[in-house]
Amino acid sequence: MIVNERAINALVIAGLVGLPLWALVMDEPFTITLVTRAVILALAAAGLNIILGFGGMVSFGHAVFFGIGGYTMGILAYHAQTYTALDLGAFTTGGTKSMPLIWLAAMGLSAIVALFIGLLSLRTSGVYFIMITLAFGQMFYYFAISWAQYGGEDGLSIYVRNDFPGLNTLQPIQFFAICFALLCIVLFVKARLTASPFGLALNAARQSGARVETAGLSPLRLKLLAFVISGAITGLAGALFADLNRFVSPSMFSWQLSGELIVLIIIGGVGRLMGPVIGACVYVALEHVLGGITEFWHVYLGLILLSIVLFARGGLIGLLTGKEGAHV
Amino acid sequence: MSEPLLETRTLVKSFGALKATDNVSIDLRPGEIHAVIGPNGAGKSTLIEQICGGLVPDAGQVFLEGRDVSAWRTQARARAGLARTFQISALCMEDSVLENALLGAIGAMGASWRFWSGALTRPELRERAEAALERVGLEDEHDTQCASLSHGERRQLEVGMALTLAPRVLVMDEPMAGIGAGGSKKLTELLDSLRETAPILLVEHDMDAVFALADRISVLVYGKVIATGSAQEIRTSRAVREAYLGQEA
Repeated sequence: MIVNERAINALVIAGLVGLPLWALVMDEPFTITLVTRAVILALAAAGLNIILGFGGMVSFGHAVFFGIGGYTMGILAYHAQTYTALDLGAFTTGGTKSMPLIWLAAMGLSAIVALFIGLLSLRTSGVYFIMITLAFGQMFYYFAISWAQYGGEDGLSIYVRNDFPGLNTLQPIQFFAICFALLCIVLFVKARLTASPFGLALNAARQSGARVETAGLSPLRLKLLAFVISGAITGLAGALFADLNRFVSPSMFSWQLSGELIVLIIIGGVGRLMGPVIGACVYVALEHVLGGITEFWHVYLGLILLSIVLFARGGLIGLLTGKEGAHV
Repeated sequence: MSEPLLETRTLVKSFGALKATDNVSIDLRPGEIHAVIGPNGAGKSTLIEQICGGLVPDAGQVFLEGRDVSAWRTQARARAGLARTFQISALCMEDSVLENALLGAIGAMGASWRFWSGALTRPELRERAEAALERVGLEDEHDTQCASLSHGERRQLEVGMALTLAPRVLVMDEPMAGIGAGGSKKLTELLDSLRETAPILLVEHDMDAVFALADRISVLVYGKVIATGSAQEIRTSRAVREAYLGQEA
């Protein structure tokens, strides 16, 4: 069965809009929350896909940015809800409950950390790159566990979801709309980026570093910028994820989460625009359906992953379109 | 005599006890093809790497248009007009021929920090890439995926990508490697026509091509230049025959 990739993409987007609307009509708020979760995970994986799919770098520490986004939201909202001051050295703030401000802070902070991690890790490649990014992930994880001021191992609860001007974010459908809109914006930006001279050069850097240097470009700089953009997007997803659950905990920094993001991309299709979105939808659906049947649903997820890696290297999109590579 | 565009002065590079480059001073003048020949292991590739910035010499300098570029990285030398081709094609195999050529144009025009417009739709990049492809005879292969090109066509694309840089100097590492007689003849004609665009420092094993193309030939043996001269001088040089040509020609 050969299907046009555009048709698949359109179908997925239609499903992501249709299902929550149907749930709204049927008064099933839980389904809306489920789809929102898939959208946020898709956003996080879309960030990772920029460096994994287009840059060829397997970051096993992308939970760092997810966690930074989460804790940025948690800490800012915690100070706002407890009316305590947050001392940032240069200035103090009372925290904030405004989503746009939290997003900006989450993306900015993630970008700065990504710049730092990228400078150190991008000089390596292959297994070493995986290990360095994993090590950074674990550092942040254990730091969060021991950070008693913000809940340590227990995490931080935020009682009321943060505000977005003009919307009631406590309504699941409205919060879903925010997340979905952000996902669409990110996917659009990513599509433009991929087709741009920068995207072409980044894609070339993945295939032949020597060639890119000979063309007068620095592969390291290209990859570093991609890493920063990637970190910022995953950071944004982290802030949304924390807002969805109204809870932040060190598990957002865990290596399992880094691994899950990679799994999402592999299921959907590495380097494909919609790969992370399809992967996230399948993942959340399996988690919900299989998780309801058996506690050991990860076994089945593992089997699915195994068959995709063995028989459908291009992920589900590759399987459906009959094209293994994203760039072919 | 015109100033050399590319020059090495007393380059030395050792790997442990092995002197791969031993006091090599060669130059490349406008409009010429200067071939570097020598047996396997003579240090030809090591020399090229030092010229292009992949290896740091232990001593000596590299000059590009009179500027000492010894401390420059590969990218900076490329931007200054030093274009090279690889012995083993280094192309982006998943991309189309046109995308490969565009990469060179992007590098040459400093367009890699453009994020919003499409690489394929920017006229100035496209013109440059298309002109280079036409020059090497790949104008009908724009959309062909690089991986499905024949070996000879890949060699042509290697040269085409070097041309997108608007090079001042071309350094070619065995452009004829692995192509058949027909392809070799075609590529020889192409290189012949390029010397006025930019002089070529040509490392090559194909002696027919070397003697057909080279204005000057330098012979490298055990890291040392044992002779430099016209094709005729090299052909009749006793030292060269003993060291190298005797085995083949």
